[in-house]
Amino acid sequence: MRQHRLALCKEHYLEWVPEQTERFIKKYEMFSRNEKILVAVSGGKDSLSLWDILVNLGYQADGLYLGLGIDGGIDYSHESQRLTEKFASERNLKLHVVDIEKEYGQSIPVLSMISHRGQGKPCAVCGLAKRHEMNRIARDLGYDVLATGHNLDDEAAVLFGNTLVWDSERLLRQGPVLPSAEGLARKVKPLCRFYEREMTAYAIASGIEYIYEECPFAEGSQSIYYKELLNQMETTRPGAKLTFYLRFLEARKSGELFIEKNVEAAHLHPCPKCGQPTSTDDLCSFCRMIEKAALVTG
Amino acid sequence: MSAILILRDKEYEVRPGMSLLDALKKSNIVPESVIAIRDGEMITEDEILKDGDKIKLVAVISGG
Repeated sequence: MRQHRLALCKEHYLEWVPEQTERFIKKYEMFSRNEKILVAVSGGKDSLSLWDILVNLGYQADGLYLGLGIDGGIDYSHESQRLTEKFASERNLKLHVVDIEKEYGQSIPVLSMISHRGQGKPCAVCGLAKRHEMNRIARDLGYDVLATGHNLDDEAAVLFGNTLVWDSERLLRQGPVLPSAEGLARKVKPLCRFYEREMTAYAIASGIEYIYEECPFAEGSQSIYYKELLNQMETTRPGAKLTFYLRFLEARKSGELFIEKNVEAAHLHPCPKCGQPTSTDDLCSFCRMIEKAALVTG
Repeated sequence: MSAILILRDKEYEVRPGMSLLDALKKSNIVPESVIAIRDGEMITEDEILKDGDKIKLVAVISGG
């Protein structure tokens, strides 16, 4: 790990990652051992590793798997669900499985086609549905906090994208903790300071079986493009990604980035149908999409 | 005399005696985007490749 000037054997690496995770949980005041955590698991290396780490650290962490109905010729959703269920049953962990098609009548790719969102790719609809459902289920089931497996590369790529267009509203919202608000569960990212490479190494070293195949729709995505660019920079300047993210967090916290009134400008209202906050006066984007899908399919 | 890097079914032949880091750069693979495994064990970038080595590269980037 050139960015940390640290070299560890497998045994010590498997101790170091959970120790650091615990440090980040405390530093950013994510949650305590008395709170109930819902971990959003996709069957990938990051979310399964996060669940593994939290349970091993003694936190009350249950899992949530969302069935998205993505096939892409590789049976992607079924395989990721199978690996997630296997992970949970081998460790005797509680897993909630919610299938989007059963819940709303259509899979993510079909919803995307019907709603014409996302320029021919279902990624925008997928992100919208995941955010909506994770929040709904965390609140409905009485969890104190929702944890996701976002790593440093995920966060740096989002930051890079938002910086390129100076999206101040999104920049002010990005961080390791999104506090709870009216209609919104607290969201935390305990792995936000680990490189994607470090999390892959953790999953391999701990023998976690995860879905290696990429989501068939992810090819050519903007976030992967940004990650590749940042990785090229990291190769010549070890630590560049970590510095980019940490300096951003420091600047945001100190109020040096933007004037605070920008935050207040984002007025949110409860959606008349689902009650979750939305910036529009009418239905939220998710409920509008579902209504449209119902109209089209009859 | 050669060592082989394997990434997603694609093979890259490199000269033994060079470090893994140099072999990745020569093969136009961004080192930060992969983890290297030899005989079931992860190896670091300063590892010197030997004749006959078969190095499996695990891609680390995910997301969409």
